[in-house]
Amino acid sequence: MSTNNSQNDSFVTRAYQWVNERYKIDALVDYMSHKAVPIHKHSAFYYLGGISLFLFIVQVVTGILLLMYYRPGADSAYESVQFIISTVSFGWLVRAVHSWSANLMILAAFLHMFTVFFTYAYRRPRELTWLSGMGLLGLAMAFGFSGYLLPWNELAYFATRVGTGMAGALPVIGDELLVIMRGGEEVTGATIGRFFGLHVAILPGLFTVLLSVHLIFVQRQGMSEPIEWTEKPESEKKYQKFFPNFLLKDLLVWLIVLNILAVLAVLFPDGIGVMHWPLGVKADPFAPPPAVIRPEWYFMFAFQALKFLPAHILFIEGELFGIIVFSIGGLIWALIPFFDRKSHTGKKPKLVFWFGVLVVVFIIVMTILGYILE
Amino acid sequence: MKNNIIIWMVAGLVAFAVSALAQDNNCLTCHQDFEDEDGPAHKIVRDIHYQKGLLCNDCHGGDPTLEDMDDVRNSKGYHGVPSHFEVPKFCASCHSNARYMHEHNPSLPTDQFDKYKTSKHGQLLFGKKDTKVANCVSCHSVHEIGDAKMPHSSTHPLNVAKTCGKCHADPDYMAEYNIPTTQVQDYLESVHGKALNEDHDLGAPTCNDCHGNHGAAPPGVGSLAAVCGNCHAFQAELFNRSPHKEAFVENDFPMCETCHSNHNIKKPTDEMVGAEEPAVCVRCHESGDGTKGLETAAAMAESIKELVSVRDEAKAVLANAQQKGMMTTDEEFALKDVEQILIQTRTLVHSFNKDEVVVKAKEGLEKAKIVEEKSTSLIDEYFFRRKGLIISSLFITILAIGLYFKIRKLK
Repeated sequence: MSTNNSQNDSFVTRAYQWVNERYKIDALVDYMSHKAVPIHKHSAFYYLGGISLFLFIVQVVTGILLLMYYRPGADSAYESVQFIISTVSFGWLVRAVHSWSANLMILAAFLHMFTVFFTYAYRRPRELTWLSGMGLLGLAMAFGFSGYLLPWNELAYFATRVGTGMAGALPVIGDELLVIMRGGEEVTGATIGRFFGLHVAILPGLFTVLLSVHLIFVQRQGMSEPIEWTEKPESEKKYQKFFPNFLLKDLLVWLIVLNILAVLAVLFPDGIGVMHWPLGVKADPFAPPPAVIRPEWYFMFAFQALKFLPAHILFIEGELFGIIVFSIGGLIWALIPFFDRKSHTGKKPKLVFWFGVLVVVFIIVMTILGYILE
Repeated sequence: MKNNIIIWMVAGLVAFAVSALAQDNNCLTCHQDFEDEDGPAHKIVRDIHYQKGLLCNDCHGGDPTLEDMDDVRNSKGYHGVPSHFEVPKFCASCHSNARYMHEHNPSLPTDQFDKYKTSKHGQLLFGKKDTKVANCVSCHSVHEIGDAKMPHSSTHPLNVAKTCGKCHADPDYMAEYNIPTTQVQDYLESVHGKALNEDHDLGAPTCNDCHGNHGAAPPGVGSLAAVCGNCHAFQAELFNRSPHKEAFVENDFPMCETCHSNHNIKKPTDEMVGAEEPAVCVRCHESGDGTKGLETAAAMAESIKELVSVRDEAKAVLANAQQKGMMTTDEEFALKDVEQILIQTRTLVHSFNKDEVVVKAKEGLEKAKIVEEKSTSLIDEYFFRRKGLIISSLFITILAIGLYFKIRKLK
């Protein structure tokens, strides 16, 4: 037995040396072994980024599997999704996991963003990590919007018509943008082609690059320490090794998420509650719109807020006014590390905190109203 | 001065023309004054003839420009109110004139009077001088005649039964004709009456669709299959090549009516076919009557019953699969095929040929069994998914627990 172990050890050692001779990975291993992760009452928040990453990987894998049977086009998209669900072995499971992981990834990313915001982890020197994270969230939402249309069912068709119509409300570029997004004046088979290209080629490319940048930033700068630690003596600070301790804990969380994902996908393959994606009936551009047209849950707050606005505010259209306000609000949110000049000194910025509370309350209230009033 | 004279002359001419036009229809001016709201002079404005530009004198004659009623009655061409006997010819003077009608309404036929003469009403009116029978105005009304497409018209499909019922549902009025007066009530309770009057299905027949309108007559025994076959074409074709056709003719049975009755036709049920009560077959057939009637009826009934039973089983299993959230689109389509075959099997009963019914029912049985098998597979798949979930979830949990202890050990 011991002979076997020593043989294995020597094989691993020899393999490591073989790689190290060629790629000099000693430095990387040394760096990893010295990397430490702070331990405090909010340490659990560190796992949210990893959960988002794990769910993204699940989506890439299931997305590739779906790609083998999905056929874009007004005459084939719906039928191919129907075929995947009903005939392809485990096709139903792949689609269910893909949809669940998409929704859970957005949820995890939102939670990740708000925990970073309220712990001021975005503060100097992590401004660019925050910005790249915001970019990733934007891309994730673009993934959701473009993927929603791909089954070419009734609800997706009309929701996309409303969604792209909002882009058309923009001044000067609105009309052109609408045509570019839809591939014409209306949502047609050409729109599926564009959304499909966006969903499986352009967005994954951009996402991978930005994700790499985000992860490199995190690895280079390490995990942000709590703002309360600024004044704390080093002796009172507690850390754990990134490798293997934190990495193994991350793995454990991934396994738990995988288990939750499996249970949800098997018990609710079409989703449940606000996360619901039944295939339903095929899109028919000549059919009257369904009684309830609603976007994905993470767009609901914006959708509902725009519905509340009157037709005209001052001299501009209400919808355009809403889009401008959301754009300004989003920009302020993205640039918050540059506005906040207090947190890096160890003081909590009250204004930023209340701004965050306002945004969270607004999103929650509008989302709830969106589902109640529909 | 010269200009003033011209202006006065033109003004005088205009005034004369206006006064002449105003006097064009003095009939209405006077009659509307002394008639109440239901009087002819008020009703006429809703009449299609008036709306098409015909005036009182176009039917009643006389000079409408005269102001005194006596003068009108004595004027040239006045013929007042035509008698009940005169009405058909009176209306036909225009409606049978193809050239005249072509100018006003080219789509309207001009054979109504000819048909009326062949109708029971026309025969009694012209043959026996019976003025109680219906003439044109009895059905179309007087002075507020409407296009049959208009909902307020007495000849609109939704109003026809009521129009016919004015006489035919009145026992006192119909007493001397010795015919039943329950037809309208029977019809309203029938599958046809309910489809038309309750579901507002204008494709469903009303009185004139079977009896004819201007040539109204009971559809005689021989022509009954043809009358019903207007709509139920496939059933009529099957019946006409069945052994029953000849037998019914020989025995003077009223074809379709023999089994389905006439006015009070109910939605057919599977119990109508068979060798035992309440099947209609036993009304004529009995065992040992020298025909294969009861044997055929029993075989047809058994085939339909079996198909219905297997269809119901397949439907129940499919509903179970649907309830479990499985994708059942293909099975739903296949079940629709079964339903279609069941309809065809029931229709084939009119061939009174058990082989045709059995073969068609067998086709349905096979398809229904496939639906049941596929639905059962979906239910099995549902449980397979859950078992798979339990196994994989257990595996992941064990892995997670192992990892947890490994992490604890690291501490």
